[in-house]
Amino acid sequence: MGKNAISVKDCNLHYGSVPALKNVTMDIRERKVTALIGPSGCGKSTFLRIFNRMNDLIESCRITGEILVEGNDIYASGVDVIQLRKTVGMVFQKPNPFPMSIYDNIAFAPRTFGIRKKAELSEIIERTLYRAGLWYEVKDRLHQSALGLSGGQQQRLCIARALAAEPRILLMDEPTSALDPISTGTIEALIMELKAEYTIVIVTHNMQQATRISDKTAFFLLGELVEYGGTQKVFSNPFDGRTESYITGRFG
Amino acid sequence: MPMRASYELELKQVYDNLISMCRHIEIAIEKCTQALVQRDNVIAAEVFKEDKLVDGLEHDIEQCCFKILLMEHPVAGDFREITAALKMITDLERISDQARNIAEIAMQFGDEKYIKKLEHIPQMAVLTIQMVKDGVLAYINRDLALARSLEKADDKVDELFKVVMRDLTELIRKDPATAEQAILFMMITKYLERIGDHAVNIGEWVEYAITGSHGAEES
Repeated sequence: MGKNAISVKDCNLHYGSVPALKNVTMDIRERKVTALIGPSGCGKSTFLRIFNRMNDLIESCRITGEILVEGNDIYASGVDVIQLRKTVGMVFQKPNPFPMSIYDNIAFAPRTFGIRKKAELSEIIERTLYRAGLWYEVKDRLHQSALGLSGGQQQRLCIARALAAEPRILLMDEPTSALDPISTGTIEALIMELKAEYTIVIVTHNMQQATRISDKTAFFLLGELVEYGGTQKVFSNPFDGRTESYITGRFG
Repeated sequence: MPMRASYELELKQVYDNLISMCRHIEIAIEKCTQALVQRDNVIAAEVFKEDKLVDGLEHDIEQCCFKILLMEHPVAGDFREITAALKMITDLERISDQARNIAEIAMQFGDEKYIKKLEHIPQMAVLTIQMVKDGVLAYINRDLALARSLEKADDKVDELFKVVMRDLTELIRKDPATAEQAILFMMITKYLERIGDHAVNIGEWVEYAITGSHGAEES
């Protein structure tokens, strides 16, 4: 039995008076890929954003319940959000490299956390780009703009940039929905490799992607966690009729 | 067209072909026994035709299921329904082969008088026909109780198998000259017994399609 990287108990979240998450209780295993699925507006991205307090940016957002990341209550007073986001990295749907060089993109987080020595930075940059499967494609143009990379390369750069902060948990919000099948395949292969070292939580609308890469799948509907279990079980024999209806396309 | 319309349409085709496959198998089992009882080689030859049709239908259903798997990426209940169909048709095709084998043996008796009255073999045929029918019906109607009843039905077939075996052994013991026919009858009975087993397999796949767990797993 593995340890829980994240543990959520009785989580309720409101945007103003609108409930977005209702009594969600869920544990996320360390070094596993957990997929969050559900129709648009079901709360899965909201749920993902809880783990590095991205919802803090939305003023009307109120959250109750207990959210433990590696055993620590991340909504307790005095929590250093910057440190939290170092531990819990995030990759978004659209690749969003900073408008600077490949090198500076990756160096951004280490510099933020105080690493100045050139040799040390270079080592981090090579290691993380290598880890993200991008090193051989970009090693001769590290000082060129990251915006010159292809979409798939940009997304791997964003993963490398997240890894450079040395997180232990990676949140991914539909990381391949803007990519072609080949880049998607590359990213999926990368996710499979990364799970040896990182806990990965991924929001995806692509059912096949969930079945291909995730160990566990959680199905959300109208802010409720309807079903959570092993991916093979959820996709071959879900226990809740609503899960069955959603994944077999009977909704809408 | 709604999202599931093409899937439902293709699934309907699988159902129709399964019913048709089942119908030809019923005829094949019926005719192979008839050929034996009535000593009629023309009827025996008709079984071969049924077997050919069954083979063709197996191929059609297989192609249809492959297409659904490839194009529709079925999951959950849909996935189980399609994979169960794919497994079931293998058993159905085997059953048809066994009916064909029985017809072939029926042709080998020649004109000699039978060493025993045929009563248990036709009974086994009636039971196995019903089992095949029930298996396919259980699948189409998602009838779990009917699927699970096949195991019990098979016990009756197994009992008859043992009775015939005992009778034939006795005959050989009394008169070794009966051995030649006895072996042929024994083979026919064994084929019928196997048909029962295949029908039980079908029931187990129906159970998997409906519940997600395969009957054989629990034992």
